[in-house]
Amino acid sequence: MSVTGGRSGNGSAILVDSRPDVVAAPGLVVGEPTVVVDHVTAGYGRRVALADVNLVVGAGSLVAVIGPNGAGKSTLLKLIAGLLEPDSGTITVLGSAPGEEARAVAYVPQAEAVDWDFPVTVGEVAMMGRYPRLGFGRRPGRIDRERVNTALETVGMAGSADRQIGALSGGQRRRVFLARAIAAEPDLYLLDEPVTGVDATTQEDLMDVLEAEARAGKTVIASTHDLICAAQRFHQAAFVNGRIVATGPAEMVLDRQLLSDTYGGHVLVLPDDGGRLVLDDAHHHDESHGREPHYHEGGR
Amino acid sequence: MDIVGWLADPLAYGFMQRGLVAAILVGVVCAVMGTFVVLKGLAFIGDAVSHAAFPGLVIAFMLGAPLYLGGAIASVGTALAIGFVSRRSRLRFDTSVGVLFAGTFALGILLFSTIENYVADLLGYLLGNVLGIGLGDLVQVAVLGALVLGIVLLIRKELLFATFDPLGAAASGLPVARLEYLLLALLGVTIVVSIQAVGIIMVVAMLVTPAATAQLLVIRFERLMALAAGLATVAAVVGLYLSFYLNLASGASIVLVETLFFLIALVLGPRSGLLAGRGRVAEPA
Repeated sequence: MSVTGGRSGNGSAILVDSRPDVVAAPGLVVGEPTVVVDHVTAGYGRRVALADVNLVVGAGSLVAVIGPNGAGKSTLLKLIAGLLEPDSGTITVLGSAPGEEARAVAYVPQAEAVDWDFPVTVGEVAMMGRYPRLGFGRRPGRIDRERVNTALETVGMAGSADRQIGALSGGQRRRVFLARAIAAEPDLYLLDEPVTGVDATTQEDLMDVLEAEARAGKTVIASTHDLICAAQRFHQAAFVNGRIVATGPAEMVLDRQLLSDTYGGHVLVLPDDGGRLVLDDAHHHDESHGREPHYHEGGR
Repeated sequence: MDIVGWLADPLAYGFMQRGLVAAILVGVVCAVMGTFVVLKGLAFIGDAVSHAAFPGLVIAFMLGAPLYLGGAIASVGTALAIGFVSRRSRLRFDTSVGVLFAGTFALGILLFSTIENYVADLLGYLLGNVLGIGLGDLVQVAVLGALVLGIVLLIRKELLFATFDPLGAAASGLPVARLEYLLLALLGVTIVVSIQAVGIIMVVAMLVTPAATAQLLVIRFERLMALAAGLATVAAVVGLYLSFYLNLASGASIVLVETLFFLIALVLGPRSGLLAGRGRVAEPA
């Protein structure tokens, strides 16, 4: 990660600055950088979703992208996936422009972006991960079926290959989409809220899988609302709120001041035996700032 | 009554032979394309594109050009225009389609009203008459139908991925936008091919009904496509025989048999049938 300049406080919070030297700091990146986002501003029409974003992610990283709703987490993932063109700035993914190395990238959209009534089975969904490799007109062969079976086994869904995707629970659906990503054998996973709305067991299982992929040298970038999960299971974190507020080791996720900076005060901080429990505010707040009772940390 | 004779007698007529082949071809092509029409929610677009073919037919007639060509240019052009508008316009999508839909059809009616000589040919395209199809038309239907079917079958897995999860498909390198334009162009061709058989007004039923019926019965995409094509084939045969023996309009007979299949599946289907268990129950993870 591009780590420049520490903060006072508990010491685990490290701010990234917005100077162009993020690319020129390879020593701080473990291995080759998989993703380099350099001074990127992007949005939808006239609305700017992300302004002047800099981010470097090294191979083998497990990066949590956190921030409130509407902060630009999904936008950041879409930019890296090549689904959205930046208005300015450059992005490099696996050494090329976004979308150039698409077969080495597996993107999993938010659950809300998928029509779950669609008549496809679990096996068919997982097989979609193989389609880009197959190319037009070619049918899946033995190797493809093996990869799909292995992927479904990895996420614990091998027994459900013939079930319709909509007949599954929310957690099972996320498992299947992760299986699709695994079946694609990517170097980079871009996962939009992979553990949102899933049960604790599924969350642990999915994080185990992602951790194993990262250990194998794959890069994982996932947005999440779950701060505890981000702090405990990810290696690094990027705080996003219309810009990159901070990047650094995942433990900094629990830093009070950083959370306040990122979430604009919409964070509930409770005392707890082992220190404190930090609850993310996962509700929509786009228009309702200040009207609901929240614990407000200091100033912004 | 001798059942073999009952089935064989109509086939003694050339118009029945041609009509049967055309109805099955059109039925299958529509059903296969219809799978995507249903899954992408393009039914209204299908209706708009078929109505947009009318001014093309009228203009071709006025210019003395081949009618099919005029219809094809108009419907494919409209389909692509709708695709373009859907990506660019700030209006609600169905609003844009509604404007194009009514506008193009009105243009057809307006031009039609300026023609003074005999134009029963053109009116025939509104309701269709598969039993009136000539050998030349049948060859056109067969060639264009085979073309559409071939392309769709060749790229069906990519179309499936792009339809189910456009973002995931685009991120993995599939040309999702180009696939969508191709699908719309194929939809335009399918509609032109089908117009002579079932008419502008009922084409949308041929597109939507078999796939909708199949969706009530199966959960696997590949089977859905095959079942829709099968249902369309049976409906074409049954509809034409009913039309022959009861002296009914051919296109309407085929469409109503398809509709009957849909209603049966709706009531008895295992997936979402009204008599089946209420809804699907998600299991805990």
